Amino acid sequence: MRAQPALMQETARADQSLNAHALRADARRESLRLLALLAPSLFLVFAIIIVPIGWLFWLSLFDEAGALSAANYARFFEQASYIKTFVTTFKVAFIVTGACVLLGYPLAYMLSQLPRRAASICLIFVILPFWTSVLVRTYAWLVILQRKGLINSWLIDLGIISQPLSLANNLSGVVIGMTHILLPFLVLPLYASMKTIDTDCLRAGMNLGAGPAATFRQIFFPLSLPGLASGVVIVFVLCLGFFVTPALMGGGKVIMWAMRMEQTTSLYSNWGAGAALGVVLLVVTLALLGLFQWLLGARATGVWSSR
Amino acid sequence: MSIAPSALPISMRRIEKRFGSVPVLRDLNLDVEAGEFLTLLGPSGSGKTTLLMVLAGFVRANAGSIRVGDDEIITTPPHKRNIGMVFQTYALFPHMNVFHNIAFPLKQRGVAATETAERVEKALDLVKLQGLGERRVDQLSGGQRQRVALARAIVFEPRIVLMDEPLSALDKGLREHMQIELRALHRRLGMTTVYVTHDQREAITMSDRIAVMNGGRIEQLDKPETLYATPQTRFVAGFIGESNFIPVECRNGSVWYEDRRIHTAAPTPASGQHLMVVRPEKLRLLAANAEQPNGVNVLDATLSDIIYQGDSFVCYAVLRDGRQLTLRDYCRSDVLARMPAPGQPVSLGLDAQDTILVAAE
Amino acid sequence: MSEDIGLPISHRQRLWLYGLGGLVLLFLIAPSIIIVIMSFSDSTLLQFPPQQWSLRWYQTYFQSLEWRDATIVSVKVAAMTVLVATPLGTAAAYAINRGTLRFNGTINALLTASLIVPVILIGIGTFFLYAHIGLNNTLTGLVIAHTVQALPLVVLTVLSGLRSYDMNQERVARSLGAGRVAAFWQVTMPQIRFSIVSGALFAFITSFDEVVVSLFISGGETTTLTRRMFNALRDQIDPTIAAISTCLIVLSVVLLSVAQIFGRRH
Repeated sequence: MRAQPALMQETARADQSLNAHALRADARRESLRLLALLAPSLFLVFAIIIVPIGWLFWLSLFDEAGALSAANYARFFEQASYIKTFVTTFKVAFIVTGACVLLGYPLAYMLSQLPRRAASICLIFVILPFWTSVLVRTYAWLVILQRKGLINSWLIDLGIISQPLSLANNLSGVVIGMTHILLPFLVLPLYASMKTIDTDCLRAGMNLGAGPAATFRQIFFPLSLPGLASGVVIVFVLCLGFFVTPALMGGGKVIMWAMRMEQTTSLYSNWGAGAALGVVLLVVTLALLGLFQWLLGARATGVWSSR
Repeated sequence: MSIAPSALPISMRRIEKRFGSVPVLRDLNLDVEAGEFLTLLGPSGSGKTTLLMVLAGFVRANAGSIRVGDDEIITTPPHKRNIGMVFQTYALFPHMNVFHNIAFPLKQRGVAATETAERVEKALDLVKLQGLGERRVDQLSGGQRQRVALARAIVFEPRIVLMDEPLSALDKGLREHMQIELRALHRRLGMTTVYVTHDQREAITMSDRIAVMNGGRIEQLDKPETLYATPQTRFVAGFIGESNFIPVECRNGSVWYEDRRIHTAAPTPASGQHLMVVRPEKLRLLAANAEQPNGVNVLDATLSDIIYQGDSFVCYAVLRDGRQLTLRDYCRSDVLARMPAPGQPVSLGLDAQDTILVAAE
Repeated sequence: MSEDIGLPISHRQRLWLYGLGGLVLLFLIAPSIIIVIMSFSDSTLLQFPPQQWSLRWYQTYFQSLEWRDATIVSVKVAAMTVLVATPLGTAAAYAINRGTLRFNGTINALLTASLIVPVILIGIGTFFLYAHIGLNNTLTGLVIAHTVQALPLVVLTVLSGLRSYDMNQERVARSLGAGRVAAFWQVTMPQIRFSIVSGALFAFITSFDEVVVSLFISGGETTTLTRRMFNALRDQIDPTIAAISTCLIVLSVVLLSVAQIFGRRH
């Protein structure tokens, strides 16, 4: 009953305004045209990403007997092997992210201070590995780090060590390989954000009596933090789901989250458990990205456009 | 080449446009006569560019009607409207040379190659760019680009030409030159033209009529001289030319400023609060204590500062109520001879026929 | 040239920074260089620098039927991915750039989802889906999965091209009598074609280098090069892989240079 007057008012207004109906229809047609341009892409993403993940999530809610249960999630807290996987994963993620910051910050800082030409040449050395296959780079590190690899044979030849160091097939190999692979993901957004820092701010800082070190600490560094944060989040998130390098360089000893998922599904065909791992991984990833976006309001995919 | 026979009038009725819930055009009505040069003038955000975009078909109105001649075009797609358009950025196609830029509309209409060449040549002639057809767009100066954009917009003999601040990217000297040239071209071709600018001087120089826009509405539509001489609202008086406003009160058909009766040439409103619009060049410095003929309003003030500008000078005077008035006059010796010093009391005269009243907001 | 930085810190005071940065650059690039050099070694042992030079690992690569088949599969899949992802991504970027749709933000997030969702999850999920619809170990399945991963790169690259393009040009083309399609093909497309080509190149590299999803959904006759490499690396370190890796590095360098050249002309 109460809707009646509103409806009448609406009709009255429609009568008053010329061609409103035709214009609305025209606007709808235009929207449909744009949707038609998007539809094939959206359909593919929906079919390949949304549907399977939804399906896996559904599977994760049932135990092996087919009954609705939280068993697939409960075992993460109960079984030592799962807990160990998580601990390893986060340990690797923290170490790799830390290493990327330590290596990436000075590099990005140097790039941002170099003259344009020199910077763009140096940048090639960052971008080229970025676009080189992960497999190739992992293979390279295997060659360099393994028992009879380059480093060990050099060190033995030089007489520094007598027994080969175990650099590959353990945590250190995984960390070195992943740091190398993920470093560009930190350097590129950081460099992009450092480039936007106004040099006049630094000049002003020096003009006001701050020495070079103080200017860096009090002006440049704080201004570069958003870029650093975005790099850190991307690297950390990618670490959590990283598969190739730990699988090839971990020597079966370093089991990370993604490997655990692969083993659970491929080796043991336990889809429920594997799916549950995937769901938690996705939730953690999205939570970290969401938190980051909420804190800094930047798009997490920015790294791809900062190439 | 004459476009005049195909020039058509435009009639816009009850145009409504909202961006989300923000209204940008509100119940807007506007008639453009066939062959007229009409300017939409207003501050940024007044809706003038949106109105032009609605007219061109790039922005869809929420409601309203646009008739060109006898055709309703409000839902016609832009490429079927037959309207030439010149953008602020010119939007020349950088991957085509000058000839192909200008030939573009003819190509879309399937005009034969020989005729195309002929018409492009004529259009180049018209905008004084003979022989530049093979130039790349990035080899042209700003003024030349402007001309190419113009040639491209008129070569297909559109019913209407729209221009969105086409001269704003040019420097001052060139801009003034182009204003005169555009005006001459319009006289020659006689196409119905709707021009958007925020520059009042440009609008006054070029237009047959000016529609002053504010807040998505047309405040006043008049010839430039009428608009300047008799603004109908405070906004128009303030936007076009320089103005001082003095609050006055109407009582029983006469106008009062404090205890002084104000003479006006135009009929005055019966009652209410109004503003007297005082243009700096209409004010005169009166000889002290001289008897004034009827029909001159005298305002007593204290001179606060004089600024010489070579050919002219500007006086700042303060009325008894603290309101500041500006007076501008030329440096004639008779005026200079009786120029008071700052701090001295002065009498300022304003002729009754120059006394304009607008409603107080 | 260096004056445009113009801070009153001399390059000498910065020497330590350049040293550190240079070392990190070395760390980034050295592995690739080592692999390229080692691929020309004559030895089955991993010696560096190699004692004897030869092309034997390249011969092994090109003469092995298995490696050749896998390479052909990868090239086919990458080429088809480019053919699918480029037009779809361009169309999507065009629609997003208009920005008039109500759920533009959501659409953007969906299209770039494959950059954010852990790739292992996409691999397992796709395998699971394909198992039900019979697309595992098929070219079609690979192309679809790789297209989804290449789409965001095409969309983002074309979008950045469209953002630096003056949309008024398309408007003016419309006002001059060109329909939607004509205006796009004659005016917009020629000006964003460099972005589209770059997007296509990125799509090619993405597909060609893709490992994780291919591990799950390719096999048998459709085993991709990366899957075969992954399995080979799990077993032992075969110097043939150095030769293959060198080819992949060269491919990346070539495609990136092409993209750079196109980018500069743009």
